[in-house]
Amino acid sequence: MANILKAHAGARANRSTGGDIVLVICLLFLAIIFAFPLYFTIINSLKPADEFFLFPPKFYVIKPTGQNYQNLFRLMSTSWVPFSRYIFNTVFITVVGTVGHCIITSLAAFPCSKFVFPGSVGFGKLVRTSLMFSSSVTALATYIIMNAFGWIDTYWAMIIPAISTSLGFFLMQSFMGVVPDALLESATLDGAGLGRQFWTIVMPLVKSGWLTLAIFKIQELWNMQQSSYIYSETLKTMPYAISQVTSGGIARQGAAAAGSVILLIVPVVFFIIIQSNVLETMATSGMKD
Amino acid sequence: MSNALNLLGAYFKYKFKVIAKNRVNYLYVAPFFILFLIFILAPVVAAMALSLTHYNVLQPPTWAGLDNYYRLFMEDDLFIIAIKNTLVFAAIVGPGGYLLSLIFAWLINELPPKIRAVFTILFYTPSIASLACVNVFKYIFSGDSQGMVNAVLLKWGLINSPVQFFADPVVMPYVVIGVILWSSIGTGFLSLIAGLQNVDRSQYEAGMVDGIKSRWQELWYITLPNIKSQMLFAAVMSITSAFGIGVQITQYVGFPSPDYAMHTVMHHMEDYGVTRFEMGYSLAISTILFIAMIYCNKGVQYLLRRVGK
Repeated sequence: MANILKAHAGARANRSTGGDIVLVICLLFLAIIFAFPLYFTIINSLKPADEFFLFPPKFYVIKPTGQNYQNLFRLMSTSWVPFSRYIFNTVFITVVGTVGHCIITSLAAFPCSKFVFPGSVGFGKLVRTSLMFSSSVTALATYIIMNAFGWIDTYWAMIIPAISTSLGFFLMQSFMGVVPDALLESATLDGAGLGRQFWTIVMPLVKSGWLTLAIFKIQELWNMQQSSYIYSETLKTMPYAISQVTSGGIARQGAAAAGSVILLIVPVVFFIIIQSNVLETMATSGMKD
Repeated sequence: MSNALNLLGAYFKYKFKVIAKNRVNYLYVAPFFILFLIFILAPVVAAMALSLTHYNVLQPPTWAGLDNYYRLFMEDDLFIIAIKNTLVFAAIVGPGGYLLSLIFAWLINELPPKIRAVFTILFYTPSIASLACVNVFKYIFSGDSQGMVNAVLLKWGLINSPVQFFADPVVMPYVVIGVILWSSIGTGFLSLIAGLQNVDRSQYEAGMVDGIKSRWQELWYITLPNIKSQMLFAAVMSITSAFGIGVQITQYVGFPSPDYAMHTVMHHMEDYGVTRFEMGYSLAISTILFIAMIYCNKGVQYLLRRVGK
C-alpha cells in the first residue's frame, strides 16, 4: 500500500522531499507540546511519594516504582461493593452502548442519506439542530421520562441515553452521503434488497465512519462518571469508584495519578487498534466507481 | 367545493402511496426515530416550554410568559457579562479549534500511514486526557513560586513575584483559553481525518491534467470539496463545544471565577438551575444559547457553501 501511495504522491502537484521533512519536523515539535501533559501524567503515576513534590519539578522519574498502582489496587480491594462489579458495569455499558449506538444510527442514517422520501430531509435537519441544545438542561425532563418507563436505577437509564444521542446519526449521514448512488442502483438491479445493500455495500464503504464513531462512544462511556438516574452502589461505574478512592488529598495523590492513567489507557489502546483499521479501509476506497 | 375535496383526497392518496412505497425506509429509521423522539426531542421541547414559566422544581410551574427573558436582558447585569465572555471565548475557541483540526488533519494526511497513525493519536489524546491533565496543568501553572512556569520565569529574572495564573483576572483567561484550545482537537479532527482518507486519489491526477499548480489549489478545488460533509460535522462540533464552554473553566479557576472574568452563559445557567432552583430562568438562558448556536450554524453553512468555488 505504501508503494501505491508513493506512486500517487509522485504524481501530485508541487511536492518535494525537503518540504516533507520540514513538515514532519514542525509537526513533531507541535506533537511534543500536545503530548507533554499526557507524558507527565504517566510519569507522575510512576513517581514515589518523595519525588512528587521535588523542587524544581522533574520531567523524569529518578526511581520508578509501581507503588502507586499497588496502593490504588489495595484501596480498591477494600471497597464495600467488590471492585470487579464496577469494572463489569463500565465494560458492559461501554460495549452495549457503543455497538447499539453504531447500529441504530447507521440503520437510520442509511435511508435518510441515500433516498428521498417524505420526512427524510427534515428529520436530518431536526437531528442536526438538536445537537445544539445543551444536554445538561434536558436532564430534568429525561428523569421524568425515565421514571415513567420505570428505568430509574437500572442499566437502561445509562444505556438508552447513550444510544439515542444525535451525534452518530449526523456523523454516519455525512459519511454515507458520499457513497456513489450508481453502486446501490446496480445492486438493486441485481436483486439485492435494502438489507443486503446496507450490510454488504454501504457499511463496508463507510467503515472509517463507524469506526470513528466507535472511538467517540468508547471514550465517552468508559469515562462516564456517574449517572443522575442511578442510586444503587452495585450499578455505579468504575471511574466513579476510582474518583471516590482517590479523593483523599495529598496522601492519595499517587493513587490518583495511577487511576487517571488507567482511565486513559483503555480508550487510547482502542484508539490505536481502531485507527490502524481505519487506515486499512483506505486501501479499499479505490474500488469506488 | 367537491372539486377541491376531490383534489385534497387525491393528494392524500398520493402521499399515502409514496409513504407506503417507502415503508422499508421508515422501518430502518424507526428505532432511532423513536429513541430520538422520546429522549432528545421531548426533553428539548419540554425545556423550551418550561422556560416560559416560574418553576422551582418542587412546586408545579406557574405561567410567566416572557418574564424570564425580560429579566435576563433588562435586569441581570451578570448575564450580560456572561454573554460577552461567552462570545469572546467562543470566537477564539470555535474557529481556533476548527482551523487547528483542519490544518493538522490535512498535514497529517499527506504522511505515510504508520507515521500518520502516531500523529493522529498524539494530537487527539488531549481531548480524551483533558480531565486527567487538570492536575498537571495546575502544577505547571501553579500560582506559588514552585509552579513550573513561575520557577523558570523567576530563575531567568523575568518576573519578581510569582504570577497568579489561575486567579489574576487579566492573566487567567489567556492561560485557560490556551488549555482549552489544546484540548479542542477532538471529535471534528477525527472525522476530518476519516473523511480525508475516503477521498478518491485518482481525482488528484485528473486535477493535475486540468491544470492545478500548487498545494493550495489542490486543497481548495479537490480536497476540501470532497470532505465538505465532514467539515460541516466538525463545524457543528466546534460550535457546540465553543458555546458550551464552562466545565473546563470551573476546573481551573473555580466558580464563580475571580471578578467574574471567566463567567460564561453555561455557568450562569447552572448557577440558576442547580444552585438556586430557578429552573424556568435557567431554561430561558439555555434557549437563548440554543438560538445563538442555530444562527451561528447557519452562518457557518453559508461559508462552507463557498468552499471550492
